[in-house]
Amino acid sequence: MSAERTSIADWLRGSAVYRSIVRHGTADTNRNRSLMIFENLFLHVHPVKVREKTLRFSHTYWLGGVTLVSSIVLIATGILLMFYYHPSVPQAYRDMKELNYVVDNGLFLRNLHRWAAHLMVFAAFLHMLRVFYHRAYRPPRQFNWVVGIVLLIVTLFLSYTGYLLPWDQLAFWGVSVGTNMAKEAPLVGEKIRFLLLGGNVVSENALLRFYVLHCVVLPVAFLLFLSVHIWRIRKDGGVQGPPTDVDDPRHEEAP
Amino acid sequence: MSGVPELHAVESTDPLAVPRRVALVRPDTRPTVRRNDERYMMTFPHLIVREVILFQVVVIALSLAAIAFDAPLEGIANPLETPNPAKAPWYFLGLQELLHYFPPIVAGVLLPGLVVLSLVVIPYARINLTAGPLWARGGKRTAPAIAAVTAALFVLFGAFGCWPIAIPTLLTAGAMFAARGGVEGGRLRRLLARVTLPEWIMTWFVVIATLLTVIGTFFRGPGWAFVWPWSGAI
Repeated sequence: MSAERTSIADWLRGSAVYRSIVRHGTADTNRNRSLMIFENLFLHVHPVKVREKTLRFSHTYWLGGVTLVSSIVLIATGILLMFYYHPSVPQAYRDMKELNYVVDNGLFLRNLHRWAAHLMVFAAFLHMLRVFYHRAYRPPRQFNWVVGIVLLIVTLFLSYTGYLLPWDQLAFWGVSVGTNMAKEAPLVGEKIRFLLLGGNVVSENALLRFYVLHCVVLPVAFLLFLSVHIWRIRKDGGVQGPPTDVDDPRHEEAP
Repeated sequence: MSGVPELHAVESTDPLAVPRRVALVRPDTRPTVRRNDERYMMTFPHLIVREVILFQVVVIALSLAAIAFDAPLEGIANPLETPNPAKAPWYFLGLQELLHYFPPIVAGVLLPGLVVLSLVVIPYARINLTAGPLWARGGKRTAPAIAAVTAALFVLFGAFGCWPIAIPTLLTAGAMFAARGGVEGGRLRRLLARVTLPEWIMTWFVVIATLLTVIGTFFRGPGWAFVWPWSGAI
């Protein structure tokens, strides 16, 4: 069985078309394994070699990774949901009913988007705590910590703007409570709330604004800051795990 | 700048780590360069395979959750019918719980603003970069300072009746004093004795944030009155 498959796979890998896309051979030598990383647009955020320690589970608990995977799931399911959604009253709510009862796997899609959103907020928070207790914010990573805080806030706003879109009682009153809080900011509070809602109360205008924020403005901001965040990890020498550095004051036995 | 900074020579001869090289680095910069005895692994397959597995585990777990639990959907939005209580999403329920104790400008603007500001300055505050264990220097001055700050915070939050903050403040201070001299104590006390001041403060914050969120989510009913979860707070 495997003999024939291997030969087909080998024939494919040897073909001129395949070799024009992937210029190196099978990743069976360290040379090809290196080429695989640095000849690939998506993988070249990685160095060709990583510190062995950083692969351990307890080094990062993969919490940033979980956050990133949730965001990928959210983008994928979010795009699919956009095909079935109109940001208008009362069609937005009817679309929810359509998703739940008419669209094939619509309920699954909506559930997946919802639970991935909760997971992302939760994992991002845990990731922040992990970085803090591991002191991974120390030089040269100070600014990446700040970028992380910005990402956390963008994540919260992404989740919050998405909360209004189903246009049910939960959404409407959840957002009313939150935007009433914004009103309390001195001087600019009322104006910020008006800008956010496109009016003085949560209405059809607010739904449209939250939709644009949720589907365009915030995802673009998120991807920009995410790029900086991940690029800087690479530039600063990879992920930083628990402190065992010579200059950590808690490790007095170190030289 | 006073003159040329002192430079360190870093050398590595381990072929598994890096090719032989000598570099001059300033002592106050990246700790990375001081690790010269590290083993390295090929990113492919060792890291990439782990990333793919992580992706699959998260997607499978989310899919199972999406099969098992349905996203909530209530009746269509109706501005004339206010649910009691009207709750924000769970990650803002800690803030909403604060509104119960403080004037809106404090709960909605001042406290969240202070939290964000405190988080942003973490890597720039000297104490976070250099702090050793809290009681490393005996604590002749630390002890009265902690006692005074704890008393002030307790009185401040207690005056507003905000026990979900006031009581964890007392408990945190209790744990801090229990850590004193813990180096010779049992396992738990030895662990506590290694905790630095910034870590105590973050732990204090996390406990309070969790407590407020849990109370807001599970223990608040009509009129934001305290109820038990089984009598319909959720």
